[in-house]
Amino acid sequence: MSEPVTGIVTPIRLDYRYTPGTSPSKFLRGMKEGRILGQRCASCSKVYVPPRGSCPMCGSAFSEEVEVADTGTLVTFAIVNVNFANRVIDLPYVSGEVLFDGSDTTSMVLVQGASVDEVRMGMRVKAHWVPKEQWDFTFANIDYVEPTGEPDAEYDDFKEFV
Amino acid sequence: MRDVAVVSYAQSATRRDETRNEVEMLLPVVAEAIKPTGLTTHDIGFTVSGSTDYLAGQAFAFVSALDAIGPWPPIQESHVEMDGAWALYEAWVRLQHGDIDTALVYAFGKSSPGDVGRVLSLQLDPYLVAPLWPDAVSLAALQARALLDSGISEKDLARVVARSRRNAVGNPHAQLSGAVDEASLLDEPMYADPLRKHDCPPISDGAAVVVLAAGDKARELCERPAWIRGIDHRIDVQSLGSRDLTTSASTRLAGQKAGVGDVDIAELHAPFSHQELIVADALGLDDSRTTINPSGGALASNPVMVAGLVRIGEAAKRISAGEGDRAVAHATSGPALQQNLVCVLEGDS
Repeated sequence: MSEPVTGIVTPIRLDYRYTPGTSPSKFLRGMKEGRILGQRCASCSKVYVPPRGSCPMCGSAFSEEVEVADTGTLVTFAIVNVNFANRVIDLPYVSGEVLFDGSDTTSMVLVQGASVDEVRMGMRVKAHWVPKEQWDFTFANIDYVEPTGEPDAEYDDFKEFV
Repeated sequence: MRDVAVVSYAQSATRRDETRNEVEMLLPVVAEAIKPTGLTTHDIGFTVSGSTDYLAGQAFAFVSALDAIGPWPPIQESHVEMDGAWALYEAWVRLQHGDIDTALVYAFGKSSPGDVGRVLSLQLDPYLVAPLWPDAVSLAALQARALLDSGISEKDLARVVARSRRNAVGNPHAQLSGAVDEASLLDEPMYADPLRKHDCPPISDGAAVVVLAAGDKARELCERPAWIRGIDHRIDVQSLGSRDLTTSASTRLAGQKAGVGDVDIAELHAPFSHQELIVADALGLDDSRTTINPSGGALASNPVMVAGLVRIGEAAKRISAGEGDRAVAHATSGPALQQNLVCVLEGDS
């Protein structure tokens, strides 16, 4: 009996030219200018950042452009103790969900400027942008968020997002 | 069986390099399809979509596409990694349960961002065939060669293309249309021998939506519903070498089960010219009796994952408009007509 074949390698590669669409493109152009742009649902008034074209709750097309602040509230977070490929941050670090002021959706951002035992839900934070000359069509222009030192937000003000 | 009908249909214009995303492409089509029914997406009993994330290379695009429907509060919905015609089949089965009366079927696909010929290779046998990367056009060309060897002529292929272009003139959603001379088509150079470029479909991005309703609800929502009198889908063996590529056994069987018979209109999902001849033969169609592909078919516009549902929608639209009393719509999936769905539609006399 010959040895059974237990596996084969079949290389697969597909290349794409990604087109984000009209609404996400507006968000990415805003990023290039150092602005966080969202869109408001005409039906339920929620502001989505980034917008994808319609309200995922009620299916209405967006009508209104809204610029949101680069300050916000850390609504929840994880302390990361395991490294993964290409990450060059000292362990442990904090990955957080930030509700930027004026937005009704949270964004996942790195949290810096506070030791992991100081980080807490409700902490007020501000975006730290990469140097202006490096701004591109990407959310990576926001390098991380750091504490503002303001009093914490009330739980009731962000419990919907936890 | 419960009587179920197509009561409304809409599709987007199809074009290459669509710059809107899937949600933005679907939104106006959903609105256009649902408007004549007077319903909202939340009145619909069941929503189901057909698409594949491989086309545009975006993971879970089928989930985010639901943004175009507004699934909150929660709705009953499903998805098939198939052309929307198979999503319509699922909706038809779901309506047979009897507890709901309406269903919305949508399909979307953007072939432009990737290399669709290679993307479709991934549906082949992953051990022996897919690693060779045979692209979709080359596989179709193998089938065309087998058909030409069996006695079909290149003139027959040119005739299919010329009719498609001519019929597509009346279809505002088509990409390729116009009066073309059959003889001059044969002067064109080969693209994938024996197929010329015009024997192959255009690269199309697009979306389509069909609204189904059962029984009295269908009569209430539509002046002349297009009743689904038969619907069936069948598949041939996966290995291309095990099939007679000059015929389509699965189409023939699905056609028998659906009860095609004598029809006024046929919308056949044949992305390559020679495939229309194979499908028409398998369904027993005679183009002196039946108007074949009045929309121009997939040679005029071929949004992958959508073009099969478009065939059902186009056939239903003509029934509802009184252009015929009985129609057959066909959808295909997989290489060289591997899997086929047949749907027979009728209007009340």
